[in-house]
Amino acid sequence: MLHRGGAWYSICCMAVALLIGPPESGWSEELATVRIAYLSQVVELPPKLSNLELPPEDEGLQGGRLAIKDNNTTGSFMKQSFELHHVSVPAKGDVVAAFRGLLAEGFRFVILNVPASRLVELADLPESDGVLLFNAGAPDDSLRNEDCRANLLHVRPSRAMLADALAQYLMTKKWDEWFLVIGPRERDRLYGEAVRRAATRFGAKIVAEKTWDFGPDARRTAQSEVPVFTQGIDYDVLVVADEIGEFGEYLAYRTWEPRPVVGTQGLTPTSWHRTHERWGAAQLQSRFFKATGRRMTPLDYGVWAPIRSIGEAATRTRSTDFATMLAYIKGPEFELAGFKGQKLTFRAWNGQLRQPVLLVSPTALVSVSPQQGYLHQRSHLDTLGYDEPESKCRLN
Amino acid sequence: MRAWFAWTIAIALVVASASPVAALTVYVSNEKDNSISVIDADKMEVTATIPVGQRPRGIILSKDETKLFICTSDDDHIEVLDLASLQTIGTLPSGPDPELFILHPSGNPLYVANEDDNLITVVDVEQGSVIAEIPVGVEPEGMGLSPDGKVLVNTSETTNMAHFIDTESYEITANVLVDSRPRFAVFTSDGKQVWVTSEIGGTVSVIDAASREIVQKIAFEIPGVRAEAIQPVGAQVTKDGKLAFVALGPANRVAVVDAQSFEVKKYLLVGQRVWQLAFSPDEKLLFSTNGVSNDISVIDVEKLKVIKSIAVGRFPWGIVTKD
Repeated sequence: MLHRGGAWYSICCMAVALLIGPPESGWSEELATVRIAYLSQVVELPPKLSNLELPPEDEGLQGGRLAIKDNNTTGSFMKQSFELHHVSVPAKGDVVAAFRGLLAEGFRFVILNVPASRLVELADLPESDGVLLFNAGAPDDSLRNEDCRANLLHVRPSRAMLADALAQYLMTKKWDEWFLVIGPRERDRLYGEAVRRAATRFGAKIVAEKTWDFGPDARRTAQSEVPVFTQGIDYDVLVVADEIGEFGEYLAYRTWEPRPVVGTQGLTPTSWHRTHERWGAAQLQSRFFKATGRRMTPLDYGVWAPIRSIGEAATRTRSTDFATMLAYIKGPEFELAGFKGQKLTFRAWNGQLRQPVLLVSPTALVSVSPQQGYLHQRSHLDTLGYDEPESKCRLN
Repeated sequence: MRAWFAWTIAIALVVASASPVAALTVYVSNEKDNSISVIDADKMEVTATIPVGQRPRGIILSKDETKLFICTSDDDHIEVLDLASLQTIGTLPSGPDPELFILHPSGNPLYVANEDDNLITVVDVEQGSVIAEIPVGVEPEGMGLSPDGKVLVNTSETTNMAHFIDTESYEITANVLVDSRPRFAVFTSDGKQVWVTSEIGGTVSVIDAASREIVQKIAFEIPGVRAEAIQPVGAQVTKDGKLAFVALGPANRVAVVDAQSFEVKKYLLVGQRVWQLAFSPDEKLLFSTNGVSNDISVIDVEKLKVIKSIAVGRFPWGIVTKD
């Protein structure tokens, strides 16, 4: 049975672990353990154009493993240890049941990479009272506004933060006339909405807006379709909203006018990128590459950051007590050194991690927002995304 | 009698010109240019640029000041530069990714922070061999050594601790938690305090070397500069223990701190992203490497004024001076 697959093996080991028993026995008396769960759901992607770079199967998990390793090195000086337990639910699997299982096992820190609607459902379960959830993957602004929850923190920048970061850069370039092209999916519509909001906020003008509805895989037809699609419009940049990469890659170099492509393709705002090496990031990138043989992705960073936050809480409070750590993470003293040139903190009103946003092309870091000159009375990072007065969330 | 006097003067002049007047020389590592800039500090100009290995960061003089040890981080070893010929004459093992190091007051061994491997490597500079490896926190960088060479203090950037290490047993004797991303550690010359800078935390922790307690935390506030941009990295304290200088990174300033009262006296505007600091041996001048503006600033320590900036290579990082 053991040879058949990983599932039996892990159940087996879990049983052994349970038999060895609670932390009061033996050596573990001195070592206090923090157990963290990572729950992800496999997303079935439709056939898309850019099937050249498929996301790694262990995306997210490896970021978590590196953070656990870092936490444990620090923990060795604090008599603290950290464990990560990963559960992956199939695309059509029961996320709620898997989540309930984790809570029943006693996990109180759970990092989630599941769709936005599921996040709210999980956070609202009665047993989710007294746990802390981290959203590692969903960029939805609704989660930072009307659907915010006190037990849910957001590590990934929201769409509004990404669009604002891009808008600030375009405005510093004085590229303020945008042609917005939106893909056919709901998430593309939401990205487009964030772009429109950013244009209003920073004074750009959307001179044209079109929906891409040529269907999937235009690889061999794009050359004839895109020029016509973009003809007769006077604009500075083409802003594309195509989150899963169905057509966006095929707009550049084919537009009627010679114009740059920005947004979900071309010049892209993101929380993390393989070309980022400033502020010590080179070290994190190199540790990650040595451990995994691949580059760190935004989702890896999205799982790394909450586990490091939990580690920071345990170190700073010298405690592994959940309530103590929770109070620290949500308190004013919290700061995370996240390799982005300044400390990262959580917004008190909606639980969003404040962070600089990278603007990248596939093989180069172009800029980092906030751009110089965008000021804010609290933190210049609050020029990105929904600021306190405009947020529909009031957790503070 | 008169002739004898004239002869004496003549001989004295000859002797003086034969042994060159001590000229102050500054060496700077250029991280992204893979080179060392040699600066004549009397003329305030670069006199030579020497190609070295990949990503040179920390640099330090040998005890006899005839050699310069260079952490060539991406080559995973230390290069040895002969200062008379300005030629690389060999390498020393360092463990992977050496970033910053410090030399025992006796001239041997060298304690190297291996940023990628959470290690301190102890290197015998005479034998060219590794004596010991000491596991420390994540991303070790800052290295301070007590004046008697008995206590090594290493800071780990991601673990956020200053590790006190016994240099005889190589055991960690204390871990002092400081603010985020500690970059640099330096002992006061009386050995009583260790000053540790925290880049992301924005503070300097002054640690009592005997009790290993933080006795003072120094914060900085500069009108018109965002708090997040104040990122302390390099620090130096004068030998008389009266003044401390702290490089504040992207705040583009060096803070002058009264090292007795811990009050910040002044902020000196230098180049962009100021990084590491070094005094001239007589402590009359202080030099700063400015990572983004690719220059060094020269500070008059008595007047507390920036008197000159000198262009060097790209991303100047480490800096040492010699008479």
